[in-house]
Amino acid sequence: MMRFRVLAGTIALAAALAACGSSSNPVGSTSGASAAAGSASGSASGGVITVGSANFPENALLAEIYAGALSSKGVTVTKKLNIGSREAYIPGLQDGSIDLIPEYTGNLLAYFDKKSTATSAADVYAALPKVLPSTLKVLDQSQAEDKDAIVVTKETADKYKLTTIADLAAVAKDLVLGGPPEFETRVDGIPGLKEKYGVTFQQFKKLDAGGPLTINALKNGQVQAADVFTTDPSISTNGWVALGDPKSLYTAQNVVPLVNGAKASDAVSSALNAVSAKLDTKTLTGLVAQVVTDKKDPAVVAADWLKSSGLG
Amino acid sequence: MISSIVAWLGDPAHWQGPDGVPTHLREHVWYSLLAVVVAAAVALPAGLVIGHTGRGTFLVAGVANAMRAVPTLGLLILFVILLLPHIASDLVYLLPGEAVLVLLAVPPILTNTYAGVQNVPPEVRDAAAGMGMTPRGVLLRVELPCALPLVLSGVRAAVLQCVATATVLAYVSLGGFGRYIIDGQQQRDFPQMASGALLVAVLALLADGLLALLARFVVSPGVSGRAGRARPGHARALSRARGRFHPAHTLTTQELS
Repeated sequence: MMRFRVLAGTIALAAALAACGSSSNPVGSTSGASAAAGSASGSASGGVITVGSANFPENALLAEIYAGALSSKGVTVTKKLNIGSREAYIPGLQDGSIDLIPEYTGNLLAYFDKKSTATSAADVYAALPKVLPSTLKVLDQSQAEDKDAIVVTKETADKYKLTTIADLAAVAKDLVLGGPPEFETRVDGIPGLKEKYGVTFQQFKKLDAGGPLTINALKNGQVQAADVFTTDPSISTNGWVALGDPKSLYTAQNVVPLVNGAKASDAVSSALNAVSAKLDTKTLTGLVAQVVTDKKDPAVVAADWLKSSGLG
Repeated sequence: MISSIVAWLGDPAHWQGPDGVPTHLREHVWYSLLAVVVAAAVALPAGLVIGHTGRGTFLVAGVANAMRAVPTLGLLILFVILLLPHIASDLVYLLPGEAVLVLLAVPPILTNTYAGVQNVPPEVRDAAAGMGMTPRGVLLRVELPCALPLVLSGVRAAVLQCVATATVLAYVSLGGFGRYIIDGQQQRDFPQMASGALLVAVLALLADGLLALLARFVVSPGVSGRAGRARPGHARALSRARGRFHPAHTLTTQELS
Protein backbone atom coordinates (compact mmCIF):
# COMPACT_ATOMS: atom_id res chain seq x y z
CA MET A 1 0.00 0.00 0.00
CA MET A 2 2.70 2.42 1.06
CA ARG A 3 4.83 1.49 -1.90
CA PHE A 4 1.93 2.18 -4.21
CA ARG A 5 1.37 5.59 -2.68
CA VAL A 6 5.00 6.62 -3.07
CA LEU A 7 4.92 5.45 -6.66
CA ALA A 8 1.73 7.36 -7.36
CA GLY A 9 3.23 10.48 -5.79
CA THR A 10 6.33 10.22 -7.93
CA ILE A 11 4.28 9.81 -11.08
CA ALA A 12 2.09 12.80 -10.19
CA LEU A 13 5.16 14.91 -9.55
CA ALA A 14 6.79 13.90 -12.80
CA ALA A 15 3.59 14.68 -14.66
CA ALA A 16 3.36 18.11 -13.05
CA LEU A 17 6.93 18.89 -14.03
CA ALA A 18 6.44 17.61 -17.53
CA ALA A 19 3.44 19.92 -17.85
CA CYS A 20 5.82 22.83 -17.46
CA GLY A 21 7.23 21.77 -20.80
CA SER A 22 10.58 22.95 -22.05
CA SER A 23 9.95 26.64 -21.35
CA SER A 24 12.67 28.07 -19.15
CA ASN A 25 10.15 30.46 -17.64
CA PRO A 26 7.13 28.68 -16.15
CA VAL A 27 5.70 31.94 -14.77
CA GLY A 28 5.52 33.57 -18.17
CA SER A 29 4.21 30.61 -20.13
CA THR A 30 0.74 32.08 -20.73
CA SER A 31 1.74 35.70 -21.08
CA GLY A 32 1.78 35.69 -24.87
CA ALA A 33 -1.98 35.31 -24.95
CA SER A 34 -2.59 37.97 -22.31
CA ALA A 35 -0.29 40.40 -24.13
CA ALA A 36 -2.22 39.96 -27.34
CA ALA A 37 -5.51 40.46 -25.53
CA GLY A 38 -4.15 43.56 -23.80
CA SER A 39 -3.08 45.31 -26.98
CA ALA A 40 -6.34 44.46 -28.73
CA SER A 41 -8.54 46.00 -26.04
CA GLY A 42 -6.18 48.92 -25.51
CA SER A 43 -6.18 50.27 -29.05
CA ALA A 44 -9.10 52.66 -28.55
CA SER A 45 -8.74 56.29 -27.39
CA GLY A 46 -5.51 56.46 -25.36
CA GLY A 47 -5.87 52.82 -24.40
CA VAL A 48 -5.65 50.97 -21.11
CA ILE A 49 -2.36 51.27 -19.28
CA THR A 50 -1.40 48.63 -16.72
CA VAL A 51 0.88 50.19 -14.12
CA GLY A 52 3.19 47.84 -12.24
CA SER A 53 5.56 48.39 -9.36
CA ALA A 54 8.44 46.72 -7.58
CA ASN A 55 7.85 45.28 -4.12
CA PHE A 56 8.85 48.17 -1.91
CA PRO A 57 6.72 51.07 -0.64
CA GLU A 58 8.36 53.94 -2.56
CA ASN A 59 7.99 52.21 -5.90
CA ALA A 60 4.38 51.35 -5.21
CA LEU A 61 3.81 55.00 -4.24
CA LEU A 62 5.39 56.21 -7.49
CA ALA A 63 3.19 53.79 -9.39
CA GLU A 64 0.15 55.28 -7.63
CA ILE A 65 1.36 58.78 -8.61
CA TYR A 66 1.74 57.72 -12.26
CA ALA A 67 -1.65 56.02 -12.18
CA GLY A 68 -3.31 59.10 -10.66
CA ALA A 69 -1.67 61.49 -13.13
CA LEU A 70 -2.76 59.31 -16.06
CA SER A 71 -6.35 58.83 -14.97
CA SER A 72 -6.76 62.59 -14.40
CA LYS A 73 -5.89 62.97 -18.09
CA GLY A 74 -8.60 60.49 -19.05
CA VAL A 75 -6.41 57.43 -19.55
CA THR A 76 -7.90 54.17 -18.23
CA VAL A 77 -5.49 52.65 -15.75
CA THR A 78 -5.26 49.24 -14.10
CA LYS A 79 -2.73 48.52 -11.37
CA LYS A 80 -0.54 45.50 -10.64
CA LEU A 81 1.54 46.66 -7.72
CA ASN A 82 4.28 45.00 -5.65
CA ILE A 83 5.23 42.52 -8.36
CA GLY A 84 8.74 41.75 -7.14
CA SER A 85 12.30 42.58 -8.06
CA ARG A 86 13.54 43.92 -11.40
CA GLU A 87 14.45 40.38 -12.39
CA ALA A 88 10.73 39.60 -12.16
CA TYR A 89 8.99 42.66 -13.61
CA ILE A 90 11.12 43.55 -16.65
CA PRO A 91 10.05 40.33 -18.42
CA GLY A 92 6.48 41.33 -17.49
CA LEU A 93 6.94 44.63 -19.34
CA GLN A 94 8.36 42.83 -22.35
CA ASP A 95 5.53 40.34 -22.62
CA GLY A 96 2.86 43.00 -22.08
CA SER A 97 1.48 41.89 -18.71
CA ILE A 98 2.30 45.43 -17.53
CA ASP A 99 2.86 48.59 -19.61
CA LEU A 100 4.43 51.09 -17.25
CA ILE A 101 6.60 50.98 -14.15
CA PRO A 102 8.54 53.57 -12.15
CA GLU A 103 12.22 52.81 -12.69
CA TYR A 104 15.60 54.05 -11.52
CA THR A 105 18.03 54.99 -14.31
CA GLY A 106 21.23 53.37 -13.00
CA ASN A 107 19.82 50.03 -11.95
CA LEU A 108 17.84 49.84 -15.17
CA LEU A 109 21.01 50.45 -17.20
CA ALA A 110 22.96 47.87 -15.19
CA TYR A 111 20.20 45.33 -15.75
CA PHE A 112 20.49 45.59 -19.54
CA ASP A 113 24.20 46.40 -19.77
CA LYS A 114 26.29 44.84 -17.04
CA LYS A 115 29.47 46.41 -18.44
CA SER A 116 28.20 49.99 -18.53
CA THR A 117 30.58 52.52 -16.99
CA ALA A 118 28.23 55.52 -17.05
CA THR A 119 27.76 57.00 -13.58
CA SER A 120 26.49 60.59 -13.86
CA ALA A 121 22.77 61.21 -14.19
CA ALA A 122 23.14 62.62 -17.72
CA ASP A 123 25.42 59.83 -18.97
CA VAL A 124 23.23 57.08 -17.57
CA TYR A 125 20.09 58.60 -19.03
CA ALA A 126 21.79 59.04 -22.41
CA ALA A 127 22.98 55.42 -22.40
CA LEU A 128 19.55 53.95 -21.65
CA PRO A 129 17.84 54.15 -25.09
CA LYS A 130 20.77 52.26 -26.66
CA VAL A 131 20.38 49.21 -24.44
CA LEU A 132 16.65 49.02 -23.86
CA PRO A 133 14.72 46.44 -25.90
CA SER A 134 13.06 48.11 -28.89
CA THR A 135 9.59 47.73 -27.35
CA LEU A 136 10.47 49.72 -24.22
CA LYS A 137 11.29 53.41 -23.76
CA VAL A 138 12.03 55.79 -20.92
CA LEU A 139 10.28 59.17 -20.68
CA ASP A 140 11.81 62.28 -19.04
CA GLN A 141 13.81 61.53 -15.91
CA SER A 142 13.03 63.36 -12.69
CA GLN A 143 15.42 65.02 -10.26
CA ALA A 144 14.31 62.57 -7.59
CA GLU A 145 17.02 60.03 -6.93
CA ASP A 146 16.83 56.87 -4.88
CA LYS A 147 20.05 54.95 -4.68
CA ASP A 148 20.98 51.84 -2.85
CA ALA A 149 23.34 52.78 -0.07
CA ILE A 150 25.31 50.83 2.47
CA VAL A 151 23.94 52.25 5.71
CA VAL A 152 25.39 51.83 9.20
CA THR A 153 24.30 53.15 12.57
CA LYS A 154 25.96 56.25 14.05
CA GLU A 155 27.65 54.07 16.68
CA THR A 156 29.14 51.70 14.11
CA ALA A 157 30.32 54.63 11.98
CA ASP A 158 32.01 56.25 15.00
CA LYS A 159 33.51 53.00 16.29
CA TYR A 160 35.20 52.09 13.01
CA LYS A 161 35.57 55.67 11.70
CA LEU A 162 33.49 54.96 8.63
CA THR A 163 32.55 57.66 6.14
CA THR A 164 32.71 55.78 2.82
CA ILE A 165 32.31 52.19 1.70
CA ALA A 166 36.09 52.09 1.15
CA ASP A 167 36.60 52.43 4.92
CA LEU A 168 34.79 49.11 5.34
CA ALA A 169 37.52 47.08 3.61
CA ALA A 170 39.54 46.56 6.80
CA VAL A 171 36.63 45.91 9.17
CA ALA A 172 33.91 44.25 7.09
CA LYS A 173 35.15 40.80 8.10
CA ASP A 174 33.71 41.50 11.57
CA LEU A 175 30.39 42.84 10.31
CA VAL A 176 27.18 41.28 9.06
CA LEU A 177 25.45 42.86 6.08
CA GLY A 178 21.69 42.66 5.58
CA GLY A 179 19.83 43.02 2.31
CA PRO A 180 17.46 41.38 -0.16
CA PRO A 181 18.30 37.91 -1.55
CA GLU A 182 18.98 39.28 -5.05
CA PHE A 183 21.76 41.50 -3.59
CA GLU A 184 23.91 38.37 -3.48
CA THR A 185 24.11 38.07 -7.27
CA ARG A 186 23.63 41.65 -8.54
CA VAL A 187 26.58 43.44 -10.18
CA ASP A 188 26.28 46.28 -7.69
CA GLY A 189 25.57 43.91 -4.79
CA ILE A 190 28.00 41.56 -3.06
CA PRO A 191 30.14 41.01 -6.22
CA GLY A 192 30.46 44.79 -6.80
CA LEU A 193 31.41 45.51 -3.19
CA LYS A 194 34.20 42.96 -3.43
CA GLU A 195 35.43 43.99 -6.86
CA LYS A 196 35.38 47.79 -6.45
CA TYR A 197 36.18 48.21 -2.76
CA GLY A 198 37.64 44.85 -1.69
CA VAL A 199 34.88 44.65 0.89
CA THR A 200 33.82 41.17 1.99
CA PHE A 201 31.44 40.95 4.92
CA GLN A 202 31.61 38.24 7.55
CA GLN A 203 28.11 37.16 6.55
CA PHE A 204 25.31 38.29 4.29
CA LYS A 205 21.92 37.93 5.91
CA LYS A 206 19.13 37.61 3.36
CA LEU A 207 16.26 39.80 4.51
CA ASP A 208 14.07 42.09 2.41
CA ALA A 209 14.51 45.05 0.06
CA GLY A 210 14.76 47.93 2.53
CA GLY A 211 11.65 46.62 4.28
CA PRO A 212 10.79 46.12 7.96
CA LEU A 213 13.06 43.07 8.38
CA THR A 214 16.16 44.93 7.16
CA ILE A 215 15.42 48.23 8.94
CA ASN A 216 14.65 46.54 12.27
CA ALA A 217 17.65 44.21 12.01
CA LEU A 218 19.95 47.24 11.58
CA LYS A 219 18.17 49.14 14.35
CA ASN A 220 18.51 46.26 16.79
CA GLY A 221 21.97 45.04 15.88
CA GLN A 222 21.32 41.71 14.15
CA VAL A 223 23.16 43.26 11.20
CA GLN A 224 25.74 46.05 11.41
CA ALA A 225 25.36 47.29 7.84
CA ALA A 226 22.42 47.15 5.50
CA ASP A 227 21.40 47.84 1.94
CA VAL A 228 18.87 50.65 2.43
CA PHE A 229 17.46 53.12 -0.09
CA THR A 230 18.58 56.75 0.22
CA THR A 231 15.01 58.04 0.32
CA ASP A 232 14.17 55.80 3.27
CA PRO A 233 12.93 58.08 6.08
CA SER A 234 14.31 55.72 8.73
CA ILE A 235 17.86 56.90 7.86
CA SER A 236 17.18 60.40 9.20
CA THR A 237 14.78 59.20 11.91
CA ASN A 238 17.47 56.99 13.45
CA GLY A 239 20.43 59.24 12.69
CA TRP A 240 22.04 56.54 10.55
CA VAL A 241 24.96 57.14 8.20
CA ALA A 242 24.69 56.37 4.50
CA LEU A 243 28.29 55.59 3.54
CA GLY A 244 29.82 57.57 0.70
CA ASP A 245 30.48 55.88 -2.61
CA PRO A 246 33.62 57.51 -4.10
CA LYS A 247 34.07 54.83 -6.77
CA SER A 248 30.45 55.10 -7.91
CA LEU A 249 29.47 51.51 -7.32
CA TYR A 250 25.97 52.91 -7.13
CA THR A 251 25.40 54.96 -10.22
CA ALA A 252 22.86 57.76 -10.64
CA GLN A 253 19.38 56.46 -9.86
CA ASN A 254 16.92 59.08 -11.05
CA VAL A 255 13.28 58.12 -11.03
CA VAL A 256 12.08 57.62 -14.60
CA PRO A 257 8.92 56.13 -16.15
CA LEU A 258 9.73 52.97 -18.14
CA VAL A 259 6.94 52.35 -20.59
CA ASN A 260 5.91 50.01 -23.37
CA GLY A 261 6.59 52.16 -26.46
CA ALA A 262 3.34 51.13 -28.13
CA LYS A 263 1.38 52.53 -25.17
CA ALA A 264 3.30 55.82 -24.88
CA SER A 265 0.83 58.08 -26.63
CA ASP A 266 1.29 61.86 -26.45
CA ALA A 267 -1.29 62.10 -23.66
CA VAL A 268 0.50 59.42 -21.63
CA SER A 269 3.95 60.91 -22.22
CA SER A 270 2.98 64.47 -21.35
CA ALA A 271 1.14 63.40 -18.19
CA LEU A 272 4.15 61.42 -16.94
CA ASN A 273 6.70 64.05 -17.97
CA ALA A 274 4.73 66.63 -15.98
CA VAL A 275 5.09 64.37 -12.92
CA SER A 276 8.84 63.96 -13.47
CA ALA A 277 9.26 67.75 -13.77
CA LYS A 278 7.76 68.28 -10.30
CA LEU A 279 9.48 65.42 -8.47
CA ASP A 280 12.76 65.79 -6.57
CA THR A 281 14.51 63.72 -3.89
CA LYS A 282 13.27 65.89 -0.98
CA THR A 283 9.67 65.69 -2.17
CA LEU A 284 9.92 61.96 -2.70
CA THR A 285 11.49 61.32 0.73
CA GLY A 286 8.66 63.35 2.32
CA LEU A 287 6.02 61.38 0.45
CA VAL A 288 7.66 58.06 1.32
CA ALA A 289 7.72 59.11 4.99
CA GLN A 290 3.95 59.63 4.88
CA VAL A 291 3.53 56.05 3.67
CA VAL A 292 6.22 54.30 5.73
CA THR A 293 6.26 56.33 8.96
CA ASP A 294 2.71 57.70 9.13
CA LYS A 295 1.18 54.52 7.61
CA LYS A 296 -0.97 56.48 5.17
CA ASP A 297 -2.53 54.80 2.16
CA PRO A 298 -0.14 55.26 -0.83
CA ALA A 299 -3.09 56.00 -3.13
CA VAL A 300 -4.22 58.83 -0.84
CA VAL A 301 -0.71 60.27 -0.49
CA ALA A 302 -0.32 60.15 -4.28
CA ALA A 303 -3.68 61.82 -4.90
CA ASP A 304 -3.00 64.58 -2.35
CA TRP A 305 0.39 65.37 -3.83
CA LEU A 306 -0.94 65.37 -7.40
CA LYS A 307 -3.69 67.77 -6.37
CA SER A 308 -1.32 70.13 -4.52
CA SER A 309 1.05 70.11 -7.50
CA GLY A 310 -1.71 70.92 -9.94
CA LEU A 311 -1.43 67.53 -11.66
CA GLY A 312 -4.46 65.73 -10.27
CA MET B 1 12.37 22.60 -17.18
CA ILE B 2 13.19 19.03 -16.14
CA SER B 3 16.57 19.17 -17.84
CA SER B 4 17.45 22.43 -16.11
CA ILE B 5 16.50 20.94 -12.74
CA VAL B 6 18.64 17.90 -13.48
CA ALA B 7 21.49 20.21 -14.47
CA TRP B 8 21.07 22.28 -11.30
CA LEU B 9 20.96 19.21 -9.06
CA GLY B 10 23.85 17.63 -10.94
CA ASP B 11 26.15 20.62 -10.43
CA PRO B 12 28.65 19.61 -7.71
CA ALA B 13 28.91 23.29 -6.67
CA HIS B 14 25.37 23.04 -5.34
CA TRP B 15 26.24 20.15 -3.06
CA GLN B 16 28.82 21.83 -0.85
CA GLY B 17 29.42 24.89 1.28
CA PRO B 18 27.04 27.01 3.33
CA ASP B 19 24.55 27.18 0.45
CA GLY B 20 24.86 23.51 -0.52
CA VAL B 21 22.13 20.89 -0.45
CA PRO B 22 23.58 18.93 2.53
CA THR B 23 23.74 22.09 4.68
CA HIS B 24 20.20 23.14 3.81
CA LEU B 25 18.98 19.55 4.25
CA ARG B 26 20.40 19.49 7.78
CA GLU B 27 18.78 22.84 8.55
CA HIS B 28 15.45 21.81 7.07
CA VAL B 29 15.34 18.52 8.98
CA TRP B 30 16.42 20.28 12.17
CA TYR B 31 13.71 22.98 11.92
CA SER B 32 11.01 20.39 11.16
CA LEU B 33 12.10 17.83 13.73
CA LEU B 34 12.43 20.37 16.53
CA ALA B 35 8.95 21.72 15.81
CA VAL B 36 7.33 18.26 15.73
CA VAL B 37 9.09 17.16 18.94
CA VAL B 38 8.00 20.30 20.78
CA ALA B 39 4.47 20.02 19.40
CA ALA B 40 4.26 16.33 20.36
CA ALA B 41 5.54 17.09 23.86
CA VAL B 42 2.62 19.49 24.28
CA ALA B 43 -0.11 17.85 22.23
CA LEU B 44 0.37 14.16 23.10
CA PRO B 45 -0.14 14.42 26.88
CA ALA B 46 -2.89 17.00 26.38
CA GLY B 47 -4.69 14.80 23.85
CA LEU B 48 -4.36 11.71 26.06
CA VAL B 49 -5.75 13.48 29.10
CA ILE B 50 -8.58 15.17 27.22
CA GLY B 51 -9.53 11.93 25.47
CA HIS B 52 -9.38 9.92 28.69
CA THR B 53 -11.25 12.31 30.94
CA GLY B 54 -13.53 13.86 28.36
CA ARG B 55 -12.76 17.19 30.01
CA GLY B 56 -11.53 20.14 27.97
CA THR B 57 -12.89 18.94 24.66
CA PHE B 58 -13.54 22.61 23.81
CA LEU B 59 -9.75 22.95 23.64
CA VAL B 60 -9.65 20.48 20.79
CA ALA B 61 -12.77 21.62 19.00
CA GLY B 62 -12.13 25.35 19.38
CA VAL B 63 -8.52 26.22 19.93
CA ALA B 64 -6.80 23.44 18.00
CA ASN B 65 -9.00 23.82 14.95
CA ALA B 66 -8.70 27.61 15.05
CA MET B 67 -4.92 27.21 15.11
CA ARG B 68 -5.07 25.54 11.73
CA ALA B 69 -6.36 28.78 10.23
CA VAL B 70 -3.43 30.90 11.45
CA PRO B 71 -1.59 32.52 8.51
CA THR B 72 1.95 31.24 9.01
CA LEU B 73 3.96 33.75 7.00
CA GLY B 74 2.19 36.78 8.46
CA LEU B 75 2.59 35.48 11.99
CA LEU B 76 6.26 34.70 11.38
CA ILE B 77 7.11 38.23 10.27
CA LEU B 78 5.01 39.74 13.05
CA PHE B 79 6.84 37.66 15.69
CA VAL B 80 10.24 38.52 14.24
CA ILE B 81 9.54 42.25 14.21
CA LEU B 82 8.09 42.14 17.73
CA LEU B 83 11.11 40.21 19.05
CA LEU B 84 13.86 42.07 17.17
CA PRO B 85 14.37 44.76 19.85
CA HIS B 86 14.57 42.16 22.62
CA ILE B 87 16.93 39.47 21.35
CA ALA B 88 20.27 40.35 19.83
CA SER B 89 21.31 36.92 18.55
CA ASP B 90 20.01 34.92 15.59
CA LEU B 91 17.54 33.26 17.96
CA VAL B 92 15.33 36.20 17.05
CA TYR B 93 14.72 34.46 13.72
CA LEU B 94 14.74 30.85 14.92
CA LEU B 95 12.30 31.24 17.82
CA PRO B 96 9.45 32.75 15.77
CA GLY B 97 10.18 30.27 13.00
CA GLU B 98 9.85 27.34 15.37
CA ALA B 99 6.84 28.91 17.07
CA VAL B 100 4.81 29.09 13.84
CA LEU B 101 5.80 25.52 12.91
CA VAL B 102 4.76 24.27 16.36
CA LEU B 103 1.44 26.07 15.94
CA LEU B 104 0.97 24.12 12.72
CA ALA B 105 2.04 20.79 14.19
CA VAL B 106 -0.02 20.87 17.38
CA PRO B 107 -3.55 20.61 15.91
CA PRO B 108 -3.18 17.33 13.97
CA ILE B 109 -1.40 15.59 16.85
CA LEU B 110 -3.81 16.93 19.48
CA THR B 111 -7.02 16.18 17.60
CA ASN B 112 -5.88 12.73 16.49
CA THR B 113 -4.67 11.72 19.95
CA TYR B 114 -7.88 12.94 21.51
CA ALA B 115 -10.05 11.25 18.89
CA GLY B 116 -8.05 8.02 19.08
CA VAL B 117 -8.40 7.74 22.84
CA GLN B 118 -12.02 8.77 22.84
CA ASN B 119 -12.95 6.26 20.18
CA VAL B 120 -11.70 3.24 22.12
CA PRO B 121 -14.87 1.12 22.49
CA PRO B 122 -16.40 1.58 25.96
CA GLU B 123 -16.53 -2.19 26.50
CA VAL B 124 -12.75 -2.42 26.07
CA ARG B 125 -12.30 0.34 28.63
CA ASP B 126 -14.79 -1.35 30.96
CA ALA B 127 -13.03 -4.68 30.61
CA ALA B 128 -9.69 -3.10 31.48
CA ALA B 129 -11.13 -1.36 34.51
CA GLY B 130 -12.94 -4.54 35.45
CA MET B 131 -9.64 -6.36 35.45
CA GLY B 132 -8.48 -4.00 38.13
CA MET B 133 -6.37 -1.63 36.04
CA THR B 134 -5.86 1.82 37.49
CA PRO B 135 -7.09 4.74 35.34
CA ARG B 136 -3.44 5.41 34.48
CA GLY B 137 -2.99 1.78 33.46
CA VAL B 138 -6.13 1.89 31.32
CA LEU B 139 -4.84 5.01 29.58
CA LEU B 140 -1.28 3.85 28.95
CA ARG B 141 -1.76 0.11 28.41
CA VAL B 142 -5.13 -0.07 26.70
CA GLU B 143 -6.30 3.27 25.35
CA LEU B 144 -2.93 4.49 24.04
CA PRO B 145 -2.08 1.25 22.17
CA CYS B 146 -5.57 1.20 20.67
CA ALA B 147 -5.30 4.88 19.71
CA LEU B 148 -1.76 4.50 18.35
CA PRO B 149 -2.63 4.22 14.63
CA LEU B 150 -4.59 7.48 14.81
CA VAL B 151 -1.93 9.17 16.98
CA LEU B 152 0.78 8.21 14.51
CA SER B 153 -1.23 9.45 11.56
CA GLY B 154 -1.54 12.75 13.43
CA VAL B 155 2.22 12.84 13.84
CA ARG B 156 2.63 12.05 10.15
CA ALA B 157 0.34 14.92 9.22
CA ALA B 158 2.32 17.22 11.53
CA VAL B 159 5.64 16.14 10.01
CA LEU B 160 4.32 16.66 6.50
CA GLN B 161 3.03 20.13 7.41
CA CYS B 162 6.30 21.12 9.06
CA VAL B 163 8.55 19.86 6.28
CA ALA B 164 6.44 21.66 3.69
CA THR B 165 6.06 24.88 5.67
CA ALA B 166 9.63 25.14 7.01
CA THR B 167 10.32 26.72 3.61
CA VAL B 168 8.91 30.05 4.81
CA LEU B 169 11.64 30.30 7.44
CA ALA B 170 14.00 31.34 4.65
CA TYR B 171 11.99 34.55 4.37
CA VAL B 172 13.49 35.71 7.65
CA SER B 173 17.11 34.89 6.74
CA LEU B 174 17.10 31.31 8.04
CA GLY B 175 18.26 28.34 5.95
CA GLY B 176 16.61 25.16 4.82
CA PHE B 177 15.41 24.28 1.33
CA GLY B 178 13.22 27.39 1.39
CA ARG B 179 16.44 29.32 0.73
CA TYR B 180 16.47 27.94 -2.85
CA ILE B 181 12.82 28.78 -3.40
CA ILE B 182 13.00 32.36 -2.11
CA ASP B 183 16.44 33.17 -3.53
CA GLY B 184 15.51 31.53 -6.82
CA GLN B 185 12.43 33.69 -7.10
CA GLN B 186 14.19 36.96 -6.23
CA GLN B 187 17.22 36.18 -8.39
CA ARG B 188 14.97 34.87 -11.16
CA ASP B 189 16.84 31.58 -11.13
CA PHE B 190 13.99 29.18 -11.87
CA PRO B 191 16.04 25.96 -11.96
CA GLN B 192 17.21 26.78 -8.42
CA MET B 193 13.65 27.51 -7.35
CA ALA B 194 12.19 24.33 -8.88
CA SER B 195 15.02 22.20 -7.49
CA GLY B 196 14.28 23.61 -4.04
CA ALA B 197 10.61 22.70 -4.40
CA LEU B 198 11.53 19.22 -5.62
CA LEU B 199 13.91 18.68 -2.69
CA VAL B 200 11.17 19.68 -0.24
CA ALA B 201 8.71 17.28 -1.88
CA VAL B 202 11.20 14.41 -1.83
CA LEU B 203 12.08 15.07 1.81
CA ALA B 204 8.38 15.16 2.74
CA LEU B 205 7.73 11.86 0.96
CA LEU B 206 10.75 10.24 2.59
CA ALA B 207 9.73 11.41 6.05
CA ASP B 208 6.18 10.21 5.50
CA GLY B 209 7.37 6.83 4.24
CA LEU B 210 9.67 6.44 7.21
CA LEU B 211 6.84 7.13 9.64
CA ALA B 212 4.53 4.72 7.80
CA LEU B 213 7.20 2.07 8.23
CA LEU B 214 7.57 2.95 11.89
CA ALA B 215 3.81 2.58 12.37
CA ARG B 216 4.07 -1.02 11.09
CA PHE B 217 6.47 -1.88 13.86
CA VAL B 218 5.04 -0.05 16.83
CA VAL B 219 1.31 -0.60 16.34
CA SER B 220 0.13 -3.84 17.90
CA PRO B 221 -0.86 -6.34 15.16
CA GLY B 222 -4.02 -6.94 17.14
CA VAL B 223 -4.96 -3.29 16.64
CA SER B 224 -3.80 -2.80 13.10
CA GLY B 225 -5.77 -5.86 11.97
CA ARG B 226 -2.81 -7.37 10.17
CA ALA B 227 -2.79 -10.25 12.65
CA GLY B 228 -6.29 -11.28 11.57
CA ARG B 229 -5.38 -11.83 7.94
CA ALA B 230 -4.70 -15.47 7.20
CA ARG B 231 -1.44 -14.88 5.39
CA PRO B 232 1.35 -17.39 5.96
CA GLY B 233 3.95 -14.75 6.74
CA HIS B 234 1.81 -13.34 9.48
CA ALA B 235 1.28 -16.54 11.48
CA ARG B 236 3.96 -15.52 13.94
CA ALA B 237 2.59 -12.05 14.33
CA LEU B 238 -0.77 -13.60 15.05
CA SER B 239 0.56 -15.82 17.80
CA ARG B 240 2.55 -12.90 19.14
CA ALA B 241 -0.59 -10.84 19.27
CA ARG B 242 -2.47 -13.57 21.09
CA GLY B 243 0.41 -13.97 23.48
CA ARG B 244 0.25 -10.30 24.24
CA PHE B 245 -3.35 -10.44 25.30
CA HIS B 246 -2.95 -13.59 27.37
CA PRO B 247 -1.21 -12.12 30.42
CA ALA B 248 -4.13 -9.76 30.89
CA HIS B 249 -6.44 -12.72 30.78
CA THR B 250 -4.37 -14.66 33.29
CA LEU B 251 -4.38 -11.65 35.50
CA THR B 252 -8.18 -11.71 35.60
CA THR B 253 -8.43 -15.35 36.48
CA GLN B 254 -5.84 -14.91 39.18
CA GLU B 255 -7.75 -12.05 40.64
CA LEU B 256 -11.01 -13.93 40.50
CA SER B 257 -9.67 -16.95 42.25
